[in-house]
Amino acid sequence: MIHSLFLINHTGDIFLEKHWKSVIGRSVCDYFFEAREKAVEPENVPPVLQTPHHYLISIYRGKLFFLSVIQTEVPPLFVIEFLHRVADTIQDYFGECSEGVIKDNVVTVYELLEEMLDNGFPLATESNVLKEMIRPPTILRSVVNTLTGASNVGDTLPTGQLSNVPWRRVGVKYTNNEAYFDVIEEIDAILDKSGTTVFAEIQGVIEACVRLTGMPDLTLSFMNPRLLDDVSFHPCVRFKRWESERVLSFIPPDGNFTLMNYHVSSQNLVAIPVYVKQSISFFETGPCGRLDITIGPKQTMGKTVEGLMVTIHMPKAVLSANLTATQGTYTYDLATKVLVWDIGKLNPQKLPNLKGSLTTQAGTPKPEDNPSLNIDLKIQQLAISGLKVSRLDMYGEKYKPFKGVKYLTKAGKFQIYIYMFIFLENLMSYLLFEWLQCVLKHSI
Amino acid sequence: MRNMSTAVLYNDQGGAEAAVEAGQESTPTTSSSGAAFGLFSTDFKKNEDLKEMLESNKESLKLEAMKRVVGLIAKGKNSSELFPAVVKNVASKNIELKKLVYVYLVRYAEEQQDLALLSISTFQRALKDPNQFIRASALRVLSSIRVPIIVPIMMLAIKEAAADLSPYVRKTSAHAIQKLYSLDPEQKEQLIEVIEKLLKDKSTLVAGSVVMAFEEVCPDRIDLIHKNYRKLCNLLVDVEEWGQVVIISMLTRYARTQFTSPWKEGAIFDENNDKTFYESDSEEKKEQTEAKPYIMDPDHRLLLRNTKPLLQSRNTAVVMSVAQLYWHLAPKHEVNIVTKSLVRLLRSHREVQYIVLQNIATMSIQRKGMFEPYMKSFYVRSTDATHIKTLKLEILTNLANEANISTILREFQTYVKSQDKAFAAATIQAIGRCATNISEVTDTCLNGLVLLLSNRDETVVAESVVVIKKLLQTQPTQHSEIIKHMAKLFDNITVPMARASILWLMGEYCERVPKIAPDVLRKMAKTFTAEEDIVKLQTVNLAAKLYLTNSKQTKLLTQYILNLGKYDQNYDIRDRTRFIRQLIVPNEKSGALNKYARRILLAPKPAPVLESAFKDRDRFQLGTLSHSLNVKAAGYQELSDWPAVAPDQSVRNVEVIEPVKEWAPLVGKTKKSKSEDKFYSDDEDEKEEEGSESSGSEDSSSSSSSDEESGSESEEESSEESDKTSSDSGKSSSGSEKSSSESEAEQKKKKKTKKAPLKKNKLTAGDSDSDENGNGPVAQSSSSSAESSSGSETDSEDDSDSDNIAAQKKKKSEAKSKPKVEVKSKKEVSLLDLDDFSPAPTNAPKSSVVSSSLLSDLEGLSLSNVSSTMQVTTPSFGPVKTYELLHHMTGKGLSAKYHFPRQPCLYQPSMVAVQVILTNSSDHSLEEIHIGDRSPASLNIHCFNTIERLEPEASVTVSMGIDFSDSTQAANFQLCTKEDQFSVSIQPAVGELLMPSTMTEEDFSKEQGKLLGMNETSATITMATANTSSQAIGKQVLSVANVGVVSSSQNNVHSFSSAAGRFNHENKERRVWSQQIRRSQGFKHAVLFSRENPHKSD
Repeated sequence: MIHSLFLINHTGDIFLEKHWKSVIGRSVCDYFFEAREKAVEPENVPPVLQTPHHYLISIYRGKLFFLSVIQTEVPPLFVIEFLHRVADTIQDYFGECSEGVIKDNVVTVYELLEEMLDNGFPLATESNVLKEMIRPPTILRSVVNTLTGASNVGDTLPTGQLSNVPWRRVGVKYTNNEAYFDVIEEIDAILDKSGTTVFAEIQGVIEACVRLTGMPDLTLSFMNPRLLDDVSFHPCVRFKRWESERVLSFIPPDGNFTLMNYHVSSQNLVAIPVYVKQSISFFETGPCGRLDITIGPKQTMGKTVEGLMVTIHMPKAVLSANLTATQGTYTYDLATKVLVWDIGKLNPQKLPNLKGSLTTQAGTPKPEDNPSLNIDLKIQQLAISGLKVSRLDMYGEKYKPFKGVKYLTKAGKFQIYIYMFIFLENLMSYLLFEWLQCVLKHSI
Repeated sequence: MRNMSTAVLYNDQGGAEAAVEAGQESTPTTSSSGAAFGLFSTDFKKNEDLKEMLESNKESLKLEAMKRVVGLIAKGKNSSELFPAVVKNVASKNIELKKLVYVYLVRYAEEQQDLALLSISTFQRALKDPNQFIRASALRVLSSIRVPIIVPIMMLAIKEAAADLSPYVRKTSAHAIQKLYSLDPEQKEQLIEVIEKLLKDKSTLVAGSVVMAFEEVCPDRIDLIHKNYRKLCNLLVDVEEWGQVVIISMLTRYARTQFTSPWKEGAIFDENNDKTFYESDSEEKKEQTEAKPYIMDPDHRLLLRNTKPLLQSRNTAVVMSVAQLYWHLAPKHEVNIVTKSLVRLLRSHREVQYIVLQNIATMSIQRKGMFEPYMKSFYVRSTDATHIKTLKLEILTNLANEANISTILREFQTYVKSQDKAFAAATIQAIGRCATNISEVTDTCLNGLVLLLSNRDETVVAESVVVIKKLLQTQPTQHSEIIKHMAKLFDNITVPMARASILWLMGEYCERVPKIAPDVLRKMAKTFTAEEDIVKLQTVNLAAKLYLTNSKQTKLLTQYILNLGKYDQNYDIRDRTRFIRQLIVPNEKSGALNKYARRILLAPKPAPVLESAFKDRDRFQLGTLSHSLNVKAAGYQELSDWPAVAPDQSVRNVEVIEPVKEWAPLVGKTKKSKSEDKFYSDDEDEKEEEGSESSGSEDSSSSSSSDEESGSESEEESSEESDKTSSDSGKSSSGSEKSSSESEAEQKKKKKTKKAPLKKNKLTAGDSDSDENGNGPVAQSSSSSAESSSGSETDSEDDSDSDNIAAQKKKKSEAKSKPKVEVKSKKEVSLLDLDDFSPAPTNAPKSSVVSSSLLSDLEGLSLSNVSSTMQVTTPSFGPVKTYELLHHMTGKGLSAKYHFPRQPCLYQPSMVAVQVILTNSSDHSLEEIHIGDRSPASLNIHCFNTIERLEPEASVTVSMGIDFSDSTQAANFQLCTKEDQFSVSIQPAVGELLMPSTMTEEDFSKEQGKLLGMNETSATITMATANTSSQAIGKQVLSVANVGVVSSSQNNVHSFSSAAGRFNHENKERRVWSQQIRRSQGFKHAVLFSRENPHKSD
């Protein structure tokens, strides 16, 4: 399946290679570099490439390319999913997945790769199993190992590898038994210029941090499970219980893990926490434009909106911005043409406003591209979908664990369409509006 | 060299620092000289240094050196000249060093074959290691060394490993098969044999890997799958995620060859726009099978049902593979269930989105309805990567219909203004496609596109023009208005490409705009010299065409333009002008060509086709690499068409084979009788094959109890399957035990519920009963209780027969049953009881199944030696500890206690018998006490019959069987009354899963020696000094751990043994477990249980 793996940094250096079958020369990467060159942005490189003798499947994460070489037919998602799992594992082991970290721990990474695949087929991808075989580095252990000559490599088969619960090792012990669940929801929305929701949905995830002794069997139930449109689970969750009773029954992995992902679709009327009033306009005559943005609370369920941030990708022609913000600070990056307005907490009594003028390049045609406006926000202690955990029960162990549930709402891909008004004096603009009306008429 | 040695020194002394830096190319930070060294040294020099380190005696130095070597390998630098130095360390005791050497070996062995051979013997030794982990990794490395000369050794190792007791080693052997095959394809036949064997393996661990090997080595040997098909379907949910992907795609292929198309009748459910793809083949099939309505093969249904839950997997590859399975196999109206999950995947990483969108694009062409409700999920975001945007656009275009086109167009309007010009251009094309597909909006689209011609961006304009051109060509009737419109716009359009295109249109359709075209030409004549080359060329074209159609008005203009062109700076234009002049203006030289000028210039041009780029992708199986690239990838397995007539279904039946036949070829092997298990995945199958089942069970004279049970159980497929296995191998002596204890319980129950007075034996159950009531939860060991329980053995023997019948009849009253079989098998049980129990309680697993004549056969097996030396001292040893199951406070008056009677369970040999005492401490009677849901859902419990009514203060003892699957994991289930449900759990201690056995010390040590790959369970008991006599220890251990004493000559070592009667999931033979207890100095005694791990670890 997966023949070789190359790790490539953003400047195009191959800094790690691993072959699971016979060695494949680095020259195979040239095809990739070609595609990389063509794509301009690293995100735009097609994930699947074909070369005369091989197929290249790559992912781009943390400014690194994970490039795998394939020789025969294999589901591409299989490889992509695996590569992401490799990146996850590295992140899990060393806190981040970056070139520096991998170079610093090259032997451990190499050993990990060796364990994760056998002959190109995934062998052990559960981080819990891997950690028993190759222990993650800690400063304390490094010291101890040097002094005692002990090693970071386990010599017994991890218990998880054999059991029906490969995600959990046996003999877990804690003095404080605790189980925390974070219900995090992200609102993905597209609003049009009038504030009408074009599209909105909620993507939720339950992140768990479980530190419980022994083999606890947990059952998590919701007040309103019908809300959930579509779910995906960590392998520990029992499908059948969910299907029949709508409760999450599972033997949890030890430590942090993602218990489930869910989706609440727009049918359930997604609440939009803020509204935006904006106008950006340019004049045909004179090198300037105007910008005026106000943000106010809409449906916040009585909670405060925090971490509010507005990001606008300006048209290329905009040279500079001279604005005043009633609250927060703004920056305009001349190179990327990105205007960022960091507002912070939203005060419903005094709505934050950003106003001022934009300077465009003199003599150039007026911008035609629509800027896009993205919003970032956070609401603590609220799951915007209204999802509530009703209870957590534990079976299989005698002690009483400490339990906690936290809710958080964030903006995911929260985008607002902006239509700029360009005041033109010629026929074209007239026709443009004519067409707009024509289309709109058709839609009604 | 001096510098270098300092560097080494630093590393050596650096302690923690050095360890942290390990793996980096020794770049000491402390000295400048070291840094200089790092800068100027060459690989060669460094390797010299490494060689020294590797050959030193210090383990730490070696390790350090190996880390650097591996660092070099990781960077792709050559370090092959170190091979001799490295290979010496292959036998190192340090496990980390060893692993690094393995890594090195695998990388370079191919290049240094001779030297690599030096290491082989080490691996061969490791293959026999008692530690399964070492065995597995030895096989992994051995098979990864690509040296042709060791092929026979590898073959041997693989064959041995495939029969290993550890499923992990077997999994490794499945991986090794592929490696060996790629090294030497000539071994194919032998490897197929191993694959065939491993396919029968019932471990979820092995399933994925062996199917992978199957796909790699012999994907065409579909016949190997037949017998394992149902097992694979049933195991699927529990297989690890990567294995799931492989199995699902293999099963998709399998199903397409084995089942008939579900799409024939299903056509009624389909949407209208659905006929493109499968129409042809469903039609032809209809003719053949018109008369017979389609009935889905139960196996086909089984596959669909068992894969469905995997749509909820977190692994995107699994979800995709289930989606493609449904797409290719499910009846059309069922395919929709995958939509939601696919849409969910769009939230995942960019690369995942890319693949999923590609697949959705292909699907949406054939079945718009599937994704239409999710249209908004495909709206493009400004932050998407270009290839994602383009794919989303593609899908939106596919989804467009009369109803939603206005929404989509409005969305497109936004995209056209995108900053990403390539995307804007793609949008324009999409608008064009919508316009051709949906006639209502053609005009709107055209108008919109015309407007775009004024865009300043060349890409947009060029694209618009191209699309307009295409649109006009496809609808050549009513577009003079648009051309007029474009002519009006012409003055304002500056982009040369757009001007040129408009001119081309004018020329092409000049007859429809007879007034405007000459006027445009007039204007062009004025500005000709200032135009771009491309515009000039089109001007010449226009002039020529007008000259042919309307020479009266344009003759002079044309001549003027041709003259201008004649002296143009660009030779292309001069060239063209000359050519046109010759073509259109008649003179002597041009002759023949002139006649055809009109036909040449005004020939009807074929309309370009506007269709999806994904139109032809459906020739590939969804989710494959080939599909993604739209090119057939190497090793792609075609998905065959549905067979017109289904091949024989019965090939998938796993019939019960006569034990004799099965045993003969398996002599001496550790893993037995994999195929003789039959399992019925679910009710449907059950019903279908009932006939064969019953006859099968008669033939094989398998024990009655479990066989009948399988009829009534619907959910627990996998456990059922294992039950079958064990029932086949059920044992006689324990059989009688079971019936005795069981009938006992049944009796009691009847007494309580039916109030039918029956002869009551005061037996173990009774004993412990009173114990609990009197002593509370903890009943410590007493030798007397052991006696009474041993009495139960003889007592119950006579009764068991009749009781059993009664009990089972009652049990079966609600479920449909086959009374005849029941009675018959009942007799057999009793028969075997008499045969086997009294003289020599051999505990060969087969003995109950096997007729007495067969026993002699068995004698010859190596196995039977084991069993003859071991005597399971079955009757429980009395000391019974009672545990609380449900407190009367939480149970709203219902309280429950349980204990392990330590008797073989009647219901199924793999179950552990548990007795539960239910007491009603409330003031009202409780009704309908029964067992409700269990978790894990696969948990196999033999429930007691519902207790209709329990009066206040009354208590009832019921017995149940729980299959703990050899693990100490708690069995959770719900105890229900009419009104309430209480979740309870039973967790067994290790000992409760065992059965004690007695044997001589000699046998003990012999058996102990045979144990490979051990697992240890330890517990500590504290005893008073007074109790340190061996007898006391024996009792104590017995009470805690349920193991038998082995008489010992050594005074301070006590050995205990027990047979793993219930641990026969995997292997039919009873494995010997041995336990040893060592007396240590103080009062503490550590009990070490070592045991073969059959299936799961505890």
